[in-house]
Amino acid sequence: MATTASSFMDSLFQRTLDDLIKGLRHNLIGEQLFISKSLEDIRKEIKSTDLQTKSIALEKLTYLSSIHGIDMSWAAFHAVEIMSSSRFSHKKIGYLAASLSFNESTEVLLLITNQLRKDLSSTNEFEVNLALECLSVIATIDLARDLTPELFTLLSSSKVYVRKKAIAVIFKVFEKYQDSVGVCFKRLVENLEGSDGKSMSAAVGVFCELAAKDPRAYLPLAPEFYRILVDCRNNWVLIKVLKIFASLAPLEPRLAKRIVEPICELMRKTGAKSLLFECIRTVVTSLGEYESAVRLAVSKTREFLSDDDSNLKYLGLQALTIMGPKHLWAILENKEVVIKSLSDTDSNVKLAALRLVMTMVSEDNVIEICRVLLNYSLKSDPEFCNEILSSILFTCSRNFYEIIVDFDWYVSLLGEMSRIPNCQKGEEIESQLIDICLRVEDARPELVRVGRDLVIDPALLGNPFLHGILSAAAWVSGEYVEFAKSPFELLEALLQPRTNLLPSSVRSVYIQSSFKVLVFCLHSYLLNNEAHIPSSSPEKLASGVPDTVLGDGFLEASVITAPKSIVESEHDADFSPGASNHGVSVENDGEDVIHGQTSLSVPLEKDYFTRESIIKLLDMSEMALGPLLESHEVEIQERSRNVIGLIELIKQEITGPLVKKETDDMRDEFKALNMIRLICDGFSEELGPVPVTAQERVPVPEGLTLVENLCDLDTIFADMNLLTQSSLILGTLNLGETTGGSLSDLQTKDDLEPATESTSLLSEHRKRHGLYYLPSEKSNSLYNAYPPANDSLLQQNENDHVDDLVKLTEQSLVPKKKPSHAKPRPVVVKLDEGDVPITSRKLESEENLLSGAVRDALLGNEDKSTSAKVPCGKSSSKRIEKGKQSVDVPSESNDNAADKGKADVGKGSSRRSKGRGKERKHKSGVKGGTQREGNGQRENLKSSRTSKHKTHHGAVDSVNVIPQTPVIPDFLL
Amino acid sequence: MIKAVLVINGMGKPRLSKFYEFQEDDHAMQPPEKQQELIRSVYGVLCSRPENVSNFIQSNPLFGLDSRLVYRTFASLYFVFIFDSSENELAMLDLMQAFVETLDKCFSNVCELDLVFNFSKVHAILDEIILGGQVLETSSAEIVKAVDEISRLEKASNAMTLVPKSIATWPSR
Repeated sequence: MATTASSFMDSLFQRTLDDLIKGLRHNLIGEQLFISKSLEDIRKEIKSTDLQTKSIALEKLTYLSSIHGIDMSWAAFHAVEIMSSSRFSHKKIGYLAASLSFNESTEVLLLITNQLRKDLSSTNEFEVNLALECLSVIATIDLARDLTPELFTLLSSSKVYVRKKAIAVIFKVFEKYQDSVGVCFKRLVENLEGSDGKSMSAAVGVFCELAAKDPRAYLPLAPEFYRILVDCRNNWVLIKVLKIFASLAPLEPRLAKRIVEPICELMRKTGAKSLLFECIRTVVTSLGEYESAVRLAVSKTREFLSDDDSNLKYLGLQALTIMGPKHLWAILENKEVVIKSLSDTDSNVKLAALRLVMTMVSEDNVIEICRVLLNYSLKSDPEFCNEILSSILFTCSRNFYEIIVDFDWYVSLLGEMSRIPNCQKGEEIESQLIDICLRVEDARPELVRVGRDLVIDPALLGNPFLHGILSAAAWVSGEYVEFAKSPFELLEALLQPRTNLLPSSVRSVYIQSSFKVLVFCLHSYLLNNEAHIPSSSPEKLASGVPDTVLGDGFLEASVITAPKSIVESEHDADFSPGASNHGVSVENDGEDVIHGQTSLSVPLEKDYFTRESIIKLLDMSEMALGPLLESHEVEIQERSRNVIGLIELIKQEITGPLVKKETDDMRDEFKALNMIRLICDGFSEELGPVPVTAQERVPVPEGLTLVENLCDLDTIFADMNLLTQSSLILGTLNLGETTGGSLSDLQTKDDLEPATESTSLLSEHRKRHGLYYLPSEKSNSLYNAYPPANDSLLQQNENDHVDDLVKLTEQSLVPKKKPSHAKPRPVVVKLDEGDVPITSRKLESEENLLSGAVRDALLGNEDKSTSAKVPCGKSSSKRIEKGKQSVDVPSESNDNAADKGKADVGKGSSRRSKGRGKERKHKSGVKGGTQREGNGQRENLKSSRTSKHKTHHGAVDSVNVIPQTPVIPDFLL
Repeated sequence: MIKAVLVINGMGKPRLSKFYEFQEDDHAMQPPEKQQELIRSVYGVLCSRPENVSNFIQSNPLFGLDSRLVYRTFASLYFVFIFDSSENELAMLDLMQAFVETLDKCFSNVCELDLVFNFSKVHAILDEIILGGQVLETSSAEIVKAVDEISRLEKASNAMTLVPKSIATWPSR
């Protein structure tokens, strides 16, 4: 009997739970060690044959698991053993262990069905209690199904103690096993009607949960709830009933009308804040049409707002938030409190107030409110500061910047935000800067100005939160450099030494932008010279130039570097507006340029690019980018190589003539100009927004194995692909094709790539397909919403090649006349619903199945009460009649009965389509005809349930035809 | 419904934790580590709150959408209720009050140590108030009555064991 002896010794010296806790408290430092030692003991003890020892071990283990997070899943079987002990104290320990540690995947659940059944049927109410508690936590489909009969019995137990608990558990059982509804629903309703307060309270609680998920099914019970609302004096119950009505009232206007008065009465009389708040919430969420009730609710809300208790204040603000959209006056009436609450000490109150302030924002006051908020944000803690910023950003950008009229203001506001020390909204600001830049043409000059201010500030480079913004600023100022006051200054900013603080992705944007700026400067410079001698004939030029060069020497050399005027006159028109302006101004000031040149030691003016300044520019760029040629970052290295390559080429040609001074240099100059012009053309191409779907419409050129490549990419960039799908695709002219061989391959493709973060493989892919992507981090739902701006064009030219198509669309965008600034609000490019992804389909959930079951139960119920026993499964005409009555009550009485009906049908069909996927997606637009068809299909899958639903459908259809049939005689009372 | 009830002391040690809802995502009851993690993060938020501010906390990131968190400090303990839109915030505060009152009655002048050493009794009390996330009883008298009855039953069944056990085991040697 060694085992018995050892088990006896074990139990004699076993630590109890108290010992364990004391030990833990004494071993605060070596707690983990103590726990693992105790666990060792427990593992031994729990195997004991003595149930007392075993149960104490389990109790200790449960404690360690619950308080110290020790895994106890391994002891599940022991828990089951102890649960089955006949001794109450053991049983209790076993059940506690089970309800704290079991979950749906616990295997031993299969073993406890019988034990639970036994205990549920026990005469000892506390044993029943244990089993119920456990079941409420671990109910699985199997357990719910197998134990439904026991629960059915308990629901009408004579012991209130047991009955109320059974009611709470039945909710869990309903959720798991819908068929139990058919069995137990009636008894649940009886508890609602019963005289006992506790059971009624529990039943109301269950209905509150059920109705929250699908209220429609519970409308027939409205009279019961109404009775409780009027008669009950228990605040707990009233709160729950109010919640039920809050979900029922929107479905049935007459119900709403009926409950308004009792609720107002409650609001006036009650002293309980919880109940009062629930009344307010019910009124503002579901009874918004009843002006007097809302007024009362608002006045009560004001009491909350002026209360010292910050809980009440917070809830008051929340109530206002709910009212917000429909009853703006309520917020405006309390404007003062709301604004004051912005500086409350309580962060909840502050946040709620902020949300309210944002609901007040409109086109007229947006500037004012943003000003106030920005000031608040400067004063407040970082967290709230960012909350303010994000709500400003969100509100202003909502619906394509709907409330923004003055984009210049908004853009400078964005700039201002970026400079707020605590600003962490870089990503959002970044995407909005680029978004506005693409959408709002008129905002571009201001954007460039703001961008320049940001880029030029060396202090900002050190803040990692701003890197996104800087990247956007750099891109904007590079892309639209023609609006810049001083490109020279800009270039200097883009190449400043502190840019080495930037992450490589942003830095490559900087380099690319500097490339664009550089090209712009060179182009202006060359154009300047050309424009300066527009009328001179080639001969005259050829003879005149050498003289000047020799005579005036280095400083004035720029004058004579003018190329022959081979450039067609249309060239100016092709070029961006800024550049053509520039050309004009040069012509006007021609004399000054020539004669004043020596004095321009630091020629920074936009209009005056001297040879000297250009050379300085080139030197500076070379110096800044030289070290980057060895960069380990592929993007940086590649881009800086491009720039350096260009610089070397140009430098040769610009400085070369000084030495060579023959007509060769004319040709060189010409070559340089030509090249710069081509690059510049490339850059001045508008980046046209193209909808994501556009690519699909482009016919695949012969010999291009798109699929293969994309598949490769799929595997390599599994995650990146996801991003690009949602991001906007920007198409641009594939210059390599159109300009032919006049450009060196070195520069064409790579140089034209917009400055984006990418990897070499991705850029390889882009090169191949002539497609460019915005950086993935800028992907934003807004981008999906771009207009198919070039749609018509795309369709017209479907037979053409990709490049031609893209070119055409480009051209359609380029020759835009300068919009007049007198316009009240600039055009914001946006799109109609076409490309917006379809809203996610309605989930077919268990609740739907559940409420379907409830509906059945309810209908069945009424059947039994009205008609004498109808055999289940047979659908007598009477039954259909009745079903029709109680189900179509809600929908037909609605004003927009048709719409409601349709929605109802959608819901209904999805509810019933368990395992019948084909019908699942009833679009709301589907008309009666198809519905009937659906019914037909359903008919052959008949069961008592489907036949009832069919009647329901029939009812809805008839509703569509006959709008108002007074079918509900005694719906309420 | 109520999703969870937590009692955490000022040092962040859990004194009581009861989760009523299976997690939405994996449909499994929270494993102990996950529960501990939640408790830790709740505590992290709680101890950063200044005094005399409202008792609500945005708990969406921790407990999923439509979840609310109400807490209250009693002496050295944080009492935390997590629930969804089917419950009233102020009523939850009242319920907390009822819970503490009941504890006070059961342990006469309750303190943290009582909760520490009466693990299963505290659970029994809580189970009387809330079952399956539903509030069933708010009257502390009723709760005390039931809990006392349970304790009595427990004692009775244990008293039976003490003597028989020693007698039963000795002869078997």
